[in-house]
Amino acid sequence: MPPSNDFQAQIEGQRDYLLRFAALQLRDAHAAEDVVQETLLAALAGAASFAGRSNLRTWLTGILKHKIVDAIRRSSREPSRPDEELEGLSDFDALFDGRGHWRERPSPWESPEGALEQKEFFAVLEGCLEGLPAKTARAFMMREHLGLETQAICKELDITPTHCWVLLYRARMALRQCLAIRWFGERDPETR
Amino acid sequence: MMLMSCKDVTRLVSQGQDRKLGFGETIALRLHLAICASCENVERQMAFLREAVRQLGAGQNGPGR
Repeated sequence: MPPSNDFQAQIEGQRDYLLRFAALQLRDAHAAEDVVQETLLAALAGAASFAGRSNLRTWLTGILKHKIVDAIRRSSREPSRPDEELEGLSDFDALFDGRGHWRERPSPWESPEGALEQKEFFAVLEGCLEGLPAKTARAFMMREHLGLETQAICKELDITPTHCWVLLYRARMALRQCLAIRWFGERDPETR
Repeated sequence: MMLMSCKDVTRLVSQGQDRKLGFGETIALRLHLAICASCENVERQMAFLREAVRQLGAGQNGPGR
């Protein structure tokens, strides 16, 4: 049975959501456009398999995640320059003294729950994500946005689990610091 | 292993979000966090970060909505 116009319209209605979802991971509007297009086509072709499922958005997001991982796989097969993001693993050493103690002790954040109620906070978070180096951001978003396990991320990015943990650690430390300074009002150690 | 530095602890807190820590690692981590407010703050902040990114991805709060 061909999909009804109604089904087609419902799927179209999810396009903006899907585009945003894809763009967060891929950081490229054209690439996001492509995977969403593939997803919508696959959804139309597979309309029969949706029958009986309750949530269209969840179903479409599931298809989209696969398309995103395919796109990442394709792009990581392209020959790239030597990986400077994995070189010189001096992660945030400057934050600690020679014995591994904090030079500047992290303070608690005031009302983080309140931040989650504010659009402006999410704009800051997106800004912080955009500031991450490409591969670091990619690994982090595969973990936290796509919800992949480390093993799957290593495989798709062709890195060892140790490198993967290093990238995730760097992403979290960088984002923590970025939010601390840009939202929670900590002093920027670089500008002192 | 029992006496971890703050630097080691931040790595382990991060890895704890990605893999199941070993028994010894967990004990050493908990011991450190119990007496180190700075690292405890970082642990909370990393947990908060996970939740914030999840909500960003759920698209209810993004600037485009």
